[in-house]
Amino acid sequence: MTTNGDTAVQVVPVRHFGRWVASFFAVIVVAMLIHTLLSKIPNGQVACQTIDAVRTCHNVVNWRFSWNVVFQYFTVTEIIQGLGRTLLLTVISMTIGITLGVTIAIMRISESRLLSSTAWSYTWFFRGTPVYVQLIFWFNIAAIFPLITLGVPFTHITFFHLDTVTFFTPFTAGVIGLGLNEGAYMSEIARAGLIAVEEGQIEAASSIGMTKSQTLRLVVLPQAMRVIIPPTGNEVISMLKTTSLVSSIGVIDLLGAAQNIYSATYQVVPMLIVASLWYLAVTTILSIGQFYLERYYAKGALRTPPPTPIQRIRSDVRGIAAKFRTPRPAKESR
Amino acid sequence: MTTPMVSAKGVTKSYGAVDVLRGVDLEVARGEVTCLIGPSGSGKSTLLRCINHLEKHDAGELRVDGELVGYEARGGKLYERNDKQICSERAQIGMVFQRFNLFAHMNVLDNITVGQIKVKGLSEDVAVEKARALLERVGLSGKESNYPSQLSGGQQQRVAIARALAMEPKLMLFDEPTSALDPELVGEVLDVMKDLARSGMTMVVVTHEMNFAREVANSVYFLDQGVIEESGDPGQVLSSPSSDRLKLFLSKVL
Ligand SMILES: Nc1ncnc2c1ncn2[C@@H]1O[C@H](COP(=O)(O)OP(=O)(O)OP(=O)(O)O)[C@@H](O)[C@H]1O
Ligand SMILES: [Mg+2]
Repeated sequence: MTTNGDTAVQVVPVRHFGRWVASFFAVIVVAMLIHTLLSKIPNGQVACQTIDAVRTCHNVVNWRFSWNVVFQYFTVTEIIQGLGRTLLLTVISMTIGITLGVTIAIMRISESRLLSSTAWSYTWFFRGTPVYVQLIFWFNIAAIFPLITLGVPFTHITFFHLDTVTFFTPFTAGVIGLGLNEGAYMSEIARAGLIAVEEGQIEAASSIGMTKSQTLRLVVLPQAMRVIIPPTGNEVISMLKTTSLVSSIGVIDLLGAAQNIYSATYQVVPMLIVASLWYLAVTTILSIGQFYLERYYAKGALRTPPPTPIQRIRSDVRGIAAKFRTPRPAKESR
Repeated sequence: MTTPMVSAKGVTKSYGAVDVLRGVDLEVARGEVTCLIGPSGSGKSTLLRCINHLEKHDAGELRVDGELVGYEARGGKLYERNDKQICSERAQIGMVFQRFNLFAHMNVLDNITVGQIKVKGLSEDVAVEKARALLERVGLSGKESNYPSQLSGGQQQRVAIARALAMEPKLMLFDEPTSALDPELVGEVLDVMKDLARSGMTMVVVTHEMNFAREVANSVYFLDQGVIEESGDPGQVLSSPSSDRLKLFLSKVL
């Protein structure tokens, strides 16, 4: 509303016809989708009942998507245990991946040729081979290295032994495989964040006497976070689902648990829906967490941080309420 | 005390084939303000950065407070200082940059306290108290919780000065501190610098503000193509230059 002296000038907003048409079709598609999801189909059986000597029969109908089965299995112990294992795999693998990724990124930008080429080779190798292959490799590592020994190369001095057969359980193999692979992807993300920090920030840190590691910890990494967090959120969500590959090396994760159930009951689609709904639920929670984390690390970068969804809803409500309160036609005087 | 705060003798520096400093001689006495002027690319920033060892000079003798920058002379040999020693040297030299370079993810207060706490090991209470006093001195009380992006350029530069002063430096280096500012904001930063000069701080200021040089500086050095072409009393150097290059330069900036 623009005011011109005391007479209010009416402002005609731009009409977005394309947007209206698109919204119309979107509503129709959504309606069709809901209709399908809630539809019922005859299951081939006929149910009859006799009331007051009158016998009536009708076809038995079921939910097309067997929602009753979904509901029945949604929180059974096997599924919940599988979910727990999936979450644990995600957390541990991502922790390994992020730690490794940041370390490799720092090595990559280091002045030492040896460190940076080692880092480059790591990323090259682990990004260049399928994660599925890597998982199976770690699962079978005991066949190649029955005993892992840490010592001085070419001598008999050893510090440490590891019996791979007992150490490399399917779960450990899964965590190591996923974590090492993730490290390669995270290193590229972390590197992008590190090189996005202005040179002047590092000079300023040096000029007040910070050491290289203080500069990294106190100045560079916190600022790199703003660039690192959004793609890392993506990686976490992607990892949540990539963990399902471990069901092929014998870890009973969420998908594995669903598979175990449907191999006995033949309810394939409902059990896949159970697993998918859980994946969706966790993804939703992770996305919310990502939003607030991004907001936290954006501090200083934006003059005014974007509103949280709750703040936005609140201000929308306030705006609508204000519209009703102002007498119409609205005449605003400055 | 007679040792100068900064003394350079035949300092050279090159980047690959480019000779940026070609034998610079300069002396900054304690408590004095020295202005460094010269055309773009003459090596002014490079010289400042050599003084606090952000760059390593190639040859010549560069001393701050009597000590060689980056080296230690013992038994007739020069030992390169390790990272820790270099950091503690730098902590005693404040630097103010053309583009402010405030830590973007920290608010004003944290910008001023982080060095005191993490580098000097002071307690948070002491650091905060000092920070507030410095903010008052640069006229920015009440801006403690603002982020740099929420301040004007002039305000940011004054915070940057406060950040450097918080380390209680014995020497302050300014690299064109007002060049990135809108004309109406230049004055507020120069005022803070004048106040600092009056308080007896030893300062080396790279600047194009000739009035500031004339008014505040004890001596002016004209750097051209990596050598000091002319130096001396500001009134004399700026009003009656002897070299043609300086005459040409002054005719362009004034
Ligand atoms: N890291 C570097 N690598 C290569 N050349 C450089 C580097 N830093 C500076 N130079 C060159 O050194 C010369 C002097 O640079 P310097 O920044 O010291 O000049 P200046 O006098 O501060 O100029 P200005 O007034 O533009 O800031 C320039 O020609 C510049 O291109
Ligand atoms: Mg410069």
